[in-house]
Amino acid sequence: MCRRTKLLLLTLFLGTPVLALTQTTAASSAPATQAQIAALQQAVQQAQSAGDNAWMLVSAALVLLMTGPGLALFYGGLVRKKNILGTMMQSFAMMGLVTIIWAIVGYSLAFGHGNAFIGGFEHVFLRGVGLTPNTDYAATIPEQTYMVYQLMFAIITPALITGAFAERMKFSAMAVFLSLWSIFVYTPMAHMVWGVGGLLNATGGHIPSLDFAGGTVVHITSGVSALVTCIYLGKRIGYPQQNMPPHSMVLSFIGACLLWVGWFGFNAGSALGASSLATSAFVNTHFAAAAAALGWTVAEWIHNGKPTALGAISGAVAGLVAITPASGFVQPFSAIFIGLVAGVFCSFMVFEVKSRLHYDDSLDAFGVHGAGGTLGALLTGLFATRIINAAFGKDVATGAFDGHWGQLLNQAAGVGIAWGLSIVGTLVLLFIVDKTIGLRVSPEEESAGLDLSQHGEEGYDLNS
Amino acid sequence: MVKIEAILQPSKLDAVKDALLEAGIEGMTILEARGHGRQKGHTEFYRGREYTVDLLPKVKIELVVNEEMKEKAVQAIIGAARTGRIGDGKIFVSRIEEAIRIRNDERGETAL
Repeated sequence: MCRRTKLLLLTLFLGTPVLALTQTTAASSAPATQAQIAALQQAVQQAQSAGDNAWMLVSAALVLLMTGPGLALFYGGLVRKKNILGTMMQSFAMMGLVTIIWAIVGYSLAFGHGNAFIGGFEHVFLRGVGLTPNTDYAATIPEQTYMVYQLMFAIITPALITGAFAERMKFSAMAVFLSLWSIFVYTPMAHMVWGVGGLLNATGGHIPSLDFAGGTVVHITSGVSALVTCIYLGKRIGYPQQNMPPHSMVLSFIGACLLWVGWFGFNAGSALGASSLATSAFVNTHFAAAAAALGWTVAEWIHNGKPTALGAISGAVAGLVAITPASGFVQPFSAIFIGLVAGVFCSFMVFEVKSRLHYDDSLDAFGVHGAGGTLGALLTGLFATRIINAAFGKDVATGAFDGHWGQLLNQAAGVGIAWGLSIVGTLVLLFIVDKTIGLRVSPEEESAGLDLSQHGEEGYDLNS
Repeated sequence: MVKIEAILQPSKLDAVKDALLEAGIEGMTILEARGHGRQKGHTEFYRGREYTVDLLPKVKIELVVNEEMKEKAVQAIIGAARTGRIGDGKIFVSRIEEAIRIRNDERGETAL
């Protein structure tokens, strides 16, 4: 909107003197001048489109970098060495499966014109998704850019869940469950928050909730579904009596750093153009990650006596999660505050709540994404300001501190719906898959490890 | 003939090997091992969970020598491996009945 006004002003500014001139000259030259103006207008549009498209294609690639290698390495390092390939394959499988699902039906169900809850079938098999922009979403980039950018979000979201059920689910069951999940949980949530006419859409929804880059759509859905899945599936054999330390902190470290870098595409890319809003989201993302890494590390230092590397990287991820919904709505110091709180809060969820409630969320997908996403979505309602993003109009307050306390309720509604959909959807899908092909590997397969039992290969063969 | 088995800190392996060669020992076998004595293990923290690691990485060195060389070898090992701190390791000495060189069926001390 803002960009369109700027464009108009620019053309007027450039056009006015020319128009003034044409009035004094012969009437016959008017069409020629008009053609010149039109050409100028087109050139300005093309220049902006080229800039925006360049940034969005880079962003799409950055978001894919988060899944593979980022998440695959982060999760892969945290499991025992007999499960590394099985764990990495779960993330990689999403890159294949969700891509095909997205092309067939996913994009249409998320971003097609439907009702308040789910999109329609107009873009099934990518029908009508071409190289001209879709003005409903991003007026300056080809719709295929928008489609492929959103696809990368659809890929990482189910991949995040795999951290909760690590080391014990059958590959076949995982593939079927997460494919169904991406259709029946992810696409409706994406449509409600970002789709045209969606229930929670910030511009035009019944309950306008603010979610810049996917706090509810990505992190609450994946985190809460992760919790449901690990409780449904039960603990790993030997948990918690047996030692199950990460087999390679080095891999996890590299993975977490790649996640941090990839997250710039995730959040700053969600501005859908190379705009000043993208800069704002970029800065907030970085500040929150840094603050959360410090928050978790210090909390752990006090709590356990040592600042661990795993604590520092887990904190950074928690901060990135929490800033995701807020990244394009808040100012840098709000981002630092959100990050700090997220680092401390998520470490508390992992240190205390998990062990007291006795669930085996193996790699803390809920403790980081579910808890961090919920916290971030609520804090967005507190700190969002029209100075950064006039989401509701130039003179309308966005968040509570901006003067609109009711936004906290809208945010809570968004959080509630994301939790509800994730719990119900995940339970139903798990039940179906469990009763048909079975979810869990046999105890023998579990102790042999997923690498050997599911894939017939080993991550580390040091004798060959 | 006696067999000397010494369990060492991995970081002392090179020093012990050099000391034994200097003392005139010509053959030895080295094994990577894990274990603990009275020092037990240590604790590690991962996301707030405490893990006790009680089997620590060690190196085991085995050599068979004749009676006269026994004390010389033992002293070489002690001299190179001792730090005075807990976890330095142990040496075991046992009697060997027979030694046979596979290449030519040679028996006894000449096979060493």
